[in-house]
Amino acid sequence: MFGPISFSVPASGAILLVGPNGSGKSTLLRIMAGLGRLEAGRVMWNGEDALADRAGHGLRVAYVGHQDAVKPGLTARENLGRGADAGLQAVGLTHLADLPVRFFSAGQKRRLALARLAVRPAPIWLLDEPTLGLDTASVDRFGAMLAGHRATGGVVLAATHLPLPMDDVGELRLV
Amino acid sequence: MNEFFLIIGRDLRLSMRHGADTLGALLFFVLTAALFPLAIGPSPETLGRLAPGIVWVCALLAALLPLDRLFGADFDDGALDQLLLAGQPAAMVALARAVSHWLVTGLPLIIAAGPVALMLNLDPTVVPVLLAGLLPGTALLSLFGSTGAALVLGARRGGVLLPLLVLPLAAPVLIFGVAAADAAASEQSPAAALLLLCALFAAALPLCPLAAGAALRSAAE
Repeated sequence: MFGPISFSVPASGAILLVGPNGSGKSTLLRIMAGLGRLEAGRVMWNGEDALADRAGHGLRVAYVGHQDAVKPGLTARENLGRGADAGLQAVGLTHLADLPVRFFSAGQKRRLALARLAVRPAPIWLLDEPTLGLDTASVDRFGAMLAGHRATGGVVLAATHLPLPMDDVGELRLV
Repeated sequence: MNEFFLIIGRDLRLSMRHGADTLGALLFFVLTAALFPLAIGPSPETLGRLAPGIVWVCALLAALLPLDRLFGADFDDGALDQLLLAGQPAAMVALARAVSHWLVTGLPLIIAAGPVALMLNLDPTVVPVLLAGLLPGTALLSLFGSTGAALVLGARRGGVLLPLLVLPLAAPVLIFGVAAADAAASEQSPAAALLLLCALFAAALPLCPLAAGAALRSAAE
C-alpha cells in the first residue's frame, strides 16, 4: 500500500499522519493497533515486538476508527461499560448518560466514541479522523483530553485532514 | 476472564432491547412445527412417530436464523475492532458470542421443545430423552453457527453462504439427536447416541472457537 517507512514516537510524543485520500493512513493505524495485516516489517514497543502477543497489545492500544462502534439500542452509559462516568464527563455528555444512543446526533456519537479513550487508560492512542463532525467546544474538550494523556507519558498517532488541538506535533507524510 | 462475561452480559442486554429479533427464532420454531400436522395430516400415530425428527429439524433451522447478525452487526459498525482490542484472544471473543447465541436461542428452543413435542403427540416418556439430546445439540449448533458466521464475515451474500456452510456440519448432530429419541421410543437405550452427541460437543468446544477466532482476525484485516 505504501512504500518503506520508519518512524518512532517518544513518550508524550504525537505524530500526525497526513497524506491524500487512499495513501494508507488508516491502514497504518490499523496495523499499529494489531488489527491490520503487516506484509513486511515490525511494530516495536519499548524495544520488543509489539504484535507478538496481539491480545496483550490490544490492552496497550486505544483505537478510534472511522466508525463510532456504538450500539444504538444501548444507552450512552451502557455503551461505555465500566468507568463510563469518567468518559462521559471528559466529552461533556454526562447529561445524556441514560439516553439510548439512537437519539444521538452524528457529532454526539463521535464524542461517545472518543469517551472510550478516557474510560480505559492505554498508553497508545490511535485516532482516525477523531474530530470529524465535532463542534468547536467539543474539539477544545478533546484537546484537553489529548494534553492530559500526553502529560502522563502517553503517545498519540492521528490521521487527520483537520487541524488537531495539539502542540509540539511531528508529521509523517504518506504519498 | 472478566471481559469474557462482560461480552456475554452486553450481548444479553442488546438481545433484550431488540426483543422482536430475539423472539423471532423461537416463534419460527413453534410455527414451523405447527405446520406439520397441517401438511402430513392429523393422524396421531404418524405425528407421534415423526415428532422427534420434526422438533430437531425445526430447532436446527430456527438456530440458523439469527446467525448472519451474530458478528455482522459488530463488523458493520466497528464494534468488532473494539472487541478484538479488549485484551482477549479472538477465540475467547468467539466463544463468548457462541455462549450468548446459545443463551438467547438454544435455551429458549429447549424450553419450547417439550410442549411442541407433546403437541405432536410424542410419547411423554420419550420427551426427557429428546430434551437431553437437544441440550448438547443446541450447544453444538451455536458453536458451528458462530464459526460459520465468523467465516462468512465480509463476504458478499454471506447470508446465503452461511446455511450451506453450517448445515453439513449440523447433519451429524441431527442424526444422533433423532436416533436418541427414536431409541427411547422403541424402548432401547438412547445412551450411545447421547454420548456421541456429547463427544461431538467435547471436540467442538475447543476447535470451533479457535477457527472462529482466526476467521474474526482475518475479517478485521
